[in-house]
Amino acid sequence: MATQILMPALSPTMEEGTLAKWLKKEGDTVSSGDILAEIETDKATMEFEAVDEGILGKIVVPEGTAGVKVNTPIAVLLEEGEDASAADNLSTDAAPAAEEAPAAEAGADLPDEGPGAQPKVPAAVDVPETPEVPEGTTYKSQTVREALRDAMAEEMRRDGDVFLMGEEVAEYQGAYKISQGLLDEFGGQRVIDTPITEHGFAGLAVGAAFAGLKPIVEFMTFNFALQAIDHIINSAAKTLYMSGGQMGSPIVFRGPNGAAARVAAQHSHDFATTYAQVPGLKVVQPYSAADAKGLLKAAIRDPNPVIFLENEILYGRSFDVPELDDFVLPIGKARIARRGTDVTIVSFGIGMTYSMQAAEELEKEGISAEVIDLRSLRPLDTETVIRSVQKTNRCITVEEGFPVCSIGNHISAVLMQEAFDYLDAPVINCTGKDVPMPYAANLEKLALVTTAEVIAAVKAVTYR
Amino acid sequence: MATSKPAGKPNSATKEELQTYYKEMLLIRRFEEKAGQLYGMGQIGGFCHLYIGQEAVVVGLESAAKEGDQRVTTYRDHGHMLACGMDPKGVMAELTGREGGYSRGKGGSMHMFSKEKEFYGGHGIVGANVPIGAGLAFANKYRGNDNVAFTYFGDGAANQGQVYETFNMASLWKLPVIFVIENNQYAMGTSLARASSTPALYTRGEAFGIPGEAVDGMDVLAVRDASQKATAHCRAGDGPYILEMNTYRYRGHSMSDPAKYRTREEVQKMREERDPIDHVRELLVSSDYATEDDLKAIDKEIKSVVNDAAKFAQESPEPAEAELWTDVYR
Repeated sequence: MATQILMPALSPTMEEGTLAKWLKKEGDTVSSGDILAEIETDKATMEFEAVDEGILGKIVVPEGTAGVKVNTPIAVLLEEGEDASAADNLSTDAAPAAEEAPAAEAGADLPDEGPGAQPKVPAAVDVPETPEVPEGTTYKSQTVREALRDAMAEEMRRDGDVFLMGEEVAEYQGAYKISQGLLDEFGGQRVIDTPITEHGFAGLAVGAAFAGLKPIVEFMTFNFALQAIDHIINSAAKTLYMSGGQMGSPIVFRGPNGAAARVAAQHSHDFATTYAQVPGLKVVQPYSAADAKGLLKAAIRDPNPVIFLENEILYGRSFDVPELDDFVLPIGKARIARRGTDVTIVSFGIGMTYSMQAAEELEKEGISAEVIDLRSLRPLDTETVIRSVQKTNRCITVEEGFPVCSIGNHISAVLMQEAFDYLDAPVINCTGKDVPMPYAANLEKLALVTTAEVIAAVKAVTYR
Repeated sequence: MATSKPAGKPNSATKEELQTYYKEMLLIRRFEEKAGQLYGMGQIGGFCHLYIGQEAVVVGLESAAKEGDQRVTTYRDHGHMLACGMDPKGVMAELTGREGGYSRGKGGSMHMFSKEKEFYGGHGIVGANVPIGAGLAFANKYRGNDNVAFTYFGDGAANQGQVYETFNMASLWKLPVIFVIENNQYAMGTSLARASSTPALYTRGEAFGIPGEAVDGMDVLAVRDASQKATAHCRAGDGPYILEMNTYRYRGHSMSDPAKYRTREEVQKMREERDPIDHVRELLVSSDYATEDDLKAIDKEIKSVVNDAAKFAQESPEPAEAELWTDVYR
């Protein structure tokens, strides 16, 4: 019986890819393990092996096709002796099971990130508040990944003391392709592959920062930075104070933070609050590509150690980025992503995805939500939050991290102390669940915050 | 690879050199004795780790340093600061937690720094200063100068994982760093034999291709020779070098050490037979480089420097309350 060969998911967060090249042609015999095709993901070019044996009856998706969704049929495999016409009888529409497939599941309620696809969030949202971008500025659509790379490249061009160090940042072009092209432009002296020794290279980078260089340390994920946390906190964050102001560490620690998709407990930890607790550190967690660019440039220029938390799922998402020669945003300033009057939703990072979707749904039900993207967790722009709550009198917070001592808990405490008389309902914190991240697709979904939970929380505080 | 046991007899030194070493070591000794006194009087608080007995290590190593070289160490750091030329007043005032201290009273004994003297701490976490030292060396290489980063740590830190991560990178990238293992025989109360599977610490870089040498750390001239060799190696771009300094601390690990892990006799024997300062004193006298009167004059001069430092440290005011909030961010 003819079987469909589906576009494979070659990484936990892959939703689509480019079918770069077919290595078998129609009519070729295929054995299990043969390389059928080369598939380009946003991270790398991968070889796609055959699982079953048979004859390649029909190539459905020709080579060179970009934006092929995971689980789309790309070819048909025939059994020995089967006629090529069997291939034609088989429907080559998207497999009905595709929606249920794990890779699609994880991103099911996320906007498409394909080049042509429009984000579901309103375009206006992605334009930062006017004071940050001069009037008449044009915008271009860019992924968060490209914005981060451009930020590093621009700062490296501007200042010879800036260098990038981390695992696979140079020759491999970045484990998540954030540093693509940087080795070519800046050379091995400034784009440095390290051994897999986070503790050691983080400490080494701090030493280089003490000596006046400006390292950008990429952690493949912040989960691995636990190995280096002594240097981040004890060496980088505290030395300015301990030295009576003599010795600072102008350093950026950056990389993906929090859950990606189906990588389980040791690769999904969200460290936002962990670092946000530490005096001496600045902590930034952008959502949009524009913020990623403007804030990373600011982080690199900042004379203090900055923890720059990225999100793997957001890397491929496109946003409008202002076309300015030198777009730098202030660290410590929240952004009002959407104006509203009935409730304030405070979020940051990927939490913004759920918040913006919820706001849109709520609008249909006549509830006007103001959404604040904190962007920076330390310093924290509580002023913007308080001002909004003084207007809406209700607040919920949204984040993917754990519930105990969350950013939401802190915001709640601040509001209770500084805006108690303005609150018409207790603040509700929507967070990830208080469990290590499970692997199973359904359990992972339950462990993370959802748009439905955000909507329910808003309805609770607005007594609807 | 040149991993070797102690070399033969050290080269001789000039009168000026010997006098300098004598003065520098004596300053550390007297300073530490005074710090011990002030601690006993309750004027220095917290942890206070004295360097008495180990003076030849830092003085010998510093003799080969040049302008722009950096140094970084762990928390037994008073000697390193004095040897690189930091002001005894500022160091003592930091010990007493006063405004006149190097960190304006916010760092204390274990956390002091001097950008001016290229002293990068003073670190409270055992082993953490080792990658930091390699980072200072990385900056030298990045900038293309021939400066060297002296990175000191103890026999206890020599078993830290990050030390080996650092050895690997330092050798891989040929960083100009001298790893000085100050083996004073006891990691707090645990002897070398009880904590280290292989006691020859100078061989610990072999797996990474780093040459190492064991040095008599009680003999300032042997240390000086080793420092000259190691700095030349680093300045030539040949990568890191390990020097294991076999030394001894006379006092406890910190001021609150009951010292049950070794005998009084063991300490007494080292003091009588191997004291680094007595050794130079004898050389000065036997070479007719100094008379007893000359030495007395030096003693007096050092004593007065230390007394001035103590006076300054006692009289300097406590930091203003507003200092609580400064220096968190730049």
